[in-house]
Amino acid sequence: MSGGAAGPDPTARAHAAGPDPRGRTGPGTGAATGGPGTGAATGGPGTGSRELILSRIRAAVAGAPEPGITRAYRTSPDQAGAVELFAERVADYRAVVHVVDADEVAGAITAALGRRAAGRVVVPDGLPEEWARAVRSAVEAGAVPLGRGTSGAGAAAIMRDAPALSAAELDAADGVVTSCAVGIAETGTIVLDAGPGQGRRALTLVPDYHLCVVRADQIVAGVPEAVGRLDPLRPLTWISGPSATSDIELNRVEGVHGPRTLEVVIAR
Amino acid sequence: MSGGTFLGMPAFPRNAAAAVQDSQLRFNLRKATHTIRGKRASVVAELPDWAELRAAGKEIKDHTLRNLDRYLLQLEEAVTAAGGHVHWAADAAEANRIVADLVKATGETSVVKVKSMATQEIGLNEALQEEGITAYETDLAELIVQLGDDWPSHILVPAIHRNRSEIREIFQEKMASYGRAAPEGLTDEPRALAEAARLHLRERFLSTKVAVSGANFMIAETGTLVVLESEGNGRMCLTLPETLISVVGIEKLLPSWRDLEVFLQLLPRSSTGERMNPYTSTWTGAVEGQEFHLVLLDNGRTRVLADEVGRQALRCIRCSACLNVCPVYERAGGHAYGSVYPGPIGAILTPQLRGMGSALDASLPYASTLCGACFDACPVAIDIPEVLVHLRGKARHPRAERLGMRAAGWVFDRPARLAGAQRLGARLRRFVPGRLPGPLAGWTDTRDIPDIPAESFRDWWDRTDGGAR
Repeated sequence: MSGGAAGPDPTARAHAAGPDPRGRTGPGTGAATGGPGTGAATGGPGTGSRELILSRIRAAVAGAPEPGITRAYRTSPDQAGAVELFAERVADYRAVVHVVDADEVAGAITAALGRRAAGRVVVPDGLPEEWARAVRSAVEAGAVPLGRGTSGAGAAAIMRDAPALSAAELDAADGVVTSCAVGIAETGTIVLDAGPGQGRRALTLVPDYHLCVVRADQIVAGVPEAVGRLDPLRPLTWISGPSATSDIELNRVEGVHGPRTLEVVIAR
Repeated sequence: MSGGTFLGMPAFPRNAAAAVQDSQLRFNLRKATHTIRGKRASVVAELPDWAELRAAGKEIKDHTLRNLDRYLLQLEEAVTAAGGHVHWAADAAEANRIVADLVKATGETSVVKVKSMATQEIGLNEALQEEGITAYETDLAELIVQLGDDWPSHILVPAIHRNRSEIREIFQEKMASYGRAAPEGLTDEPRALAEAARLHLRERFLSTKVAVSGANFMIAETGTLVVLESEGNGRMCLTLPETLISVVGIEKLLPSWRDLEVFLQLLPRSSTGERMNPYTSTWTGAVEGQEFHLVLLDNGRTRVLADEVGRQALRCIRCSACLNVCPVYERAGGHAYGSVYPGPIGAILTPQLRGMGSALDASLPYASTLCGACFDACPVAIDIPEVLVHLRGKARHPRAERLGMRAAGWVFDRPARLAGAQRLGARLRRFVPGRLPGPLAGWTDTRDIPDIPAESFRDWWDRTDGGAR
């Protein structure tokens, strides 16, 4: 084994790449200068191992047959009844589900937040204005600072993520309201892609309550259609019900680290 | 010690013999395996195209393994283009050193971890500890294992050998030394125990700057990594820290983004028996301001790849369906396998990854009845019995066994010899002992010698003309 192969200290390289606040070092900067084709992609201790691993692989599979791939599985299941199936499957995960007409979404948001007595609610950029207004009216009407919103004054407020909210601020929020990118009927899954009205990933993770609005035209029948609609270059979060664990004697417990309550409003 | 290397463990038969005496363990295991097995069967039955998905999963993995060099290079290029950094580790020591150096470069002395088989395999937590870096497991079961200074016993539910009162005891005794203490008056209700874990870890999630993960899949075409989980601890680790280091076995690759449409159906249904796991995260390179490092791990995988029969073990997606249907696992439990990979898949993966040098590793291919239930349950159609038999052929056998097999082969080679042996056996049958003497007793202690008939079937047939006379 080449575990002892010496090389430049990788820490030097990590520093050379530098802390990049936006993280968008494109190709050709920092560590990437070598490019994979040159055999010096990492410039670190892995350089020798890179060639070693590749040569071991080539020796291992030399002369092996080339297997084909047959995709005989369903790629476009029946779309009929997808909205009803989606609602049923999401509810199966013990999420709270409402199916409403498109013009009733704002009312459903206000009612849901009112039931939670949610005083401090995160609203991502790009949430439709009508829905954001619904959040505001709920926050103003149902503001219950007592014991809620534990940070600072605990005053009822709409929390915008600009400038970026700290993890502690998110932790002090009562909930978050978002839209989504795709809903999958067969599995009851919601996919967020950090697009408009969804925000960065932490917004739907740290607060204990997530209210998500899904439009009927965002719902697809099965997993293959969802994968086809999504952009892999965006960070994706697939959500199927609230956070859960079955680690203790296989008893399902909802809510460990993610939001303990997931409420879904489906707009027909 | 959790996730350690299990060095110096005795061979499987001794471990198993001890484990089956533990009635609490057997009760826990039976309940767990049968519950998950039942859930899996019902959600698999929901999909009319399960067989086609399974076939595609097998073929995609075989195709990837055949072209692994090409796809790894494509992955490296895509990850790098998206702002990530790629490192190659030929073995465990090198992977551990790369991770330790990356952590040190951040100036941090602690990391949070997403449950990962690969980092357990290489003993990363222990290696980091030696460098003065504390690794905190954040999956509830892994937390129980870590606090209890214990070993995982199941791929999916690593603390399945512990019951609620044991977990409560571990939390009360150990949580304080790792951070926030367990709440006063903690009961053994699963809900209360999960809440204690939530409180214990929340502050750590919000403040730790470096995370270490594995990945369920890597997409060569796009450079995307995929992690499936349930609790949200994975999302916490993948999202909040400034630096993310993912250690991933080279066989976790899939060629194209589209291939996820197969595996995101196969894995959750086979693993937890759910239509979909609560959370799946995908990310491509450095996202949302995070620094991202990918450590590609060989550590014996290329040796497995070189074995024409054994290489199919590299198709494994770590769903643990084979554990839950295995009659041997159900009784012996995960610890008896002496590896982070227990059960049927462990019995073929561990001896191939580590070699069959130790008594434990050489005994693993025998930790099976060859009933084939694992093959039926496997979502990527790994013929585990085939590989078990193949590995048994490669294992070293005791001299007495080799001599016995050679003698039996000589007898069976010619019909006349067999007939002669049968007549001899029939004549001496009253003298055949129930238990063989000396070291041969090891054979008869676990087997019943069948009654030897007074006459062989062939002799009977010749004498009676097939019963006509």
